[in-house]
Amino acid sequence: MLPELSRQEILRYSRHLLIPEVGLDGQRKLKASSVLVIGTGGLGSPVALYLAAAGIGRIGLVDYDVVDFSNLQRQVIHGTSGIGELKVESARRRMLDLNPDIQVDVYNEPFTSANAMQIAESYDLIIDGTDNFPTRYLTNDLCVLSGKPNVYGSIYRFDGQVSVFDARRGPCYRCLFPEPPPPGLVPSCAEGGVLGVLPGTIGTLQATEAIKVLLGIGEPLIGRLLLYNALDMSFEFVKLRKNPNCKVCGPNPEVTQLIDYEAFCGVPGHDHDSGSVGGGWDITAAELAERLRRGNHVKLLDVREPHELQISRIEGATLIPLGQLASRLSELDSAEEMVVFCKAGTRSARALELLLSAGFRKVKNLQGGINAWAMEVDPSQPIY
Amino acid sequence: MPTLRIPAPLRSYTNGQSEVTVNGQTVEQAMQDLLKKHPALQPHLYNSNGGLRPFVNLFLGENNIKDLQGLETPLKEDDRLLLIPSIAGGSEA
Ligand SMILES: [Zn+2]
Repeated sequence: MLPELSRQEILRYSRHLLIPEVGLDGQRKLKASSVLVIGTGGLGSPVALYLAAAGIGRIGLVDYDVVDFSNLQRQVIHGTSGIGELKVESARRRMLDLNPDIQVDVYNEPFTSANAMQIAESYDLIIDGTDNFPTRYLTNDLCVLSGKPNVYGSIYRFDGQVSVFDARRGPCYRCLFPEPPPPGLVPSCAEGGVLGVLPGTIGTLQATEAIKVLLGIGEPLIGRLLLYNALDMSFEFVKLRKNPNCKVCGPNPEVTQLIDYEAFCGVPGHDHDSGSVGGGWDITAAELAERLRRGNHVKLLDVREPHELQISRIEGATLIPLGQLASRLSELDSAEEMVVFCKAGTRSARALELLLSAGFRKVKNLQGGINAWAMEVDPSQPIY
Repeated sequence: MPTLRIPAPLRSYTNGQSEVTVNGQTVEQAMQDLLKKHPALQPHLYNSNGGLRPFVNLFLGENNIKDLQGLETPLKEDDRLLLIPSIAGGSEA
């Protein structure tokens, strides 16, 4: 039995009721539906707003972060007044303001193998709005194992991907990407940046697909991957097939329960990058400042991109972007003391690994990057 | 000549180029030509044993080359190859 709509709901959803593909019964279906949104960031913002507006009866939000000033360029569900607030609470407030007739359940905790099944159990559909590989593989496997559709979206700079992975009717994420890239090979948005509207475009497409799947209308992106590029304004589609050797949705699955995804991906899913490499290869901003003050000769190697020099710089540093480092090693002297830095320590940690494997030993990674330097040593430089 | 689309995360290894024209009668030859032009891509696309890395997908038009003849898939003059990488982004804070 589908729930009835109140007089007020009939008015609120009148533009839906006018569409034959939705209509009164469709709107009642949406009211009876439940969707779990993993992440309330760039993708989760438009997803949660549009699903709330559309009258999905129950929406779950999973996130453990707080709203930060640098989120607002794209995470439009949050506002300046919400800075410092839990993201799930900030999002719930906005959603209930938009539509008080829905229920919003929040899970202010990391999404892990320990709690994922239990959290997801009571939802019809899952939306993957995460920013890291461990949570992406977790979400995929969870959906395959529990037989739920997974509306996938992913973004980088000007590029986006969207698909609907429903292993009962088509391929899953692992069919396409059996393994994650090794840590560090693919830059995150925090390091690589993202156009603020991009998650709006991709998240809105995810919300569209979710509503179609819930209503059973149209042709959802099952077995198709949408590739969007904002610069070219291109939408391309490729066909996805079920991989007969898929470790989770194939006929002989190896993965029959949730695994340790951080170990599988070789990266932490939940702690922000600490910007350090460990093993005695780090130097703090304060230590570096002290060495320079004492007049020790230290070569400073900046592995950021040239356009980042306009934001902040450390005087006297040499710029070799990480992508060029391997081919420009001959410009460096392994006998010289060297400190490598980037924005926050992620790229420089990779640069350090590269230098170590090339035989450099007198190298250190500036922990926390130039942002830590700006915070602790040179407040005239902005943090970004 | 066939073209190959480079995804954004790998463009720092192709001097920012998003499309590269490649010479070759097969996907394999086209990839070898790509690596000759942009050797810095090598570790991002290939394992140490010479196989394509499992998170790298090559599509010819709308079909995964795995569903065609793999690296042996023949190429025509106006063919377009798409390199589709894993991207993680979504809600980074
Ligand atoms: Zn699969």
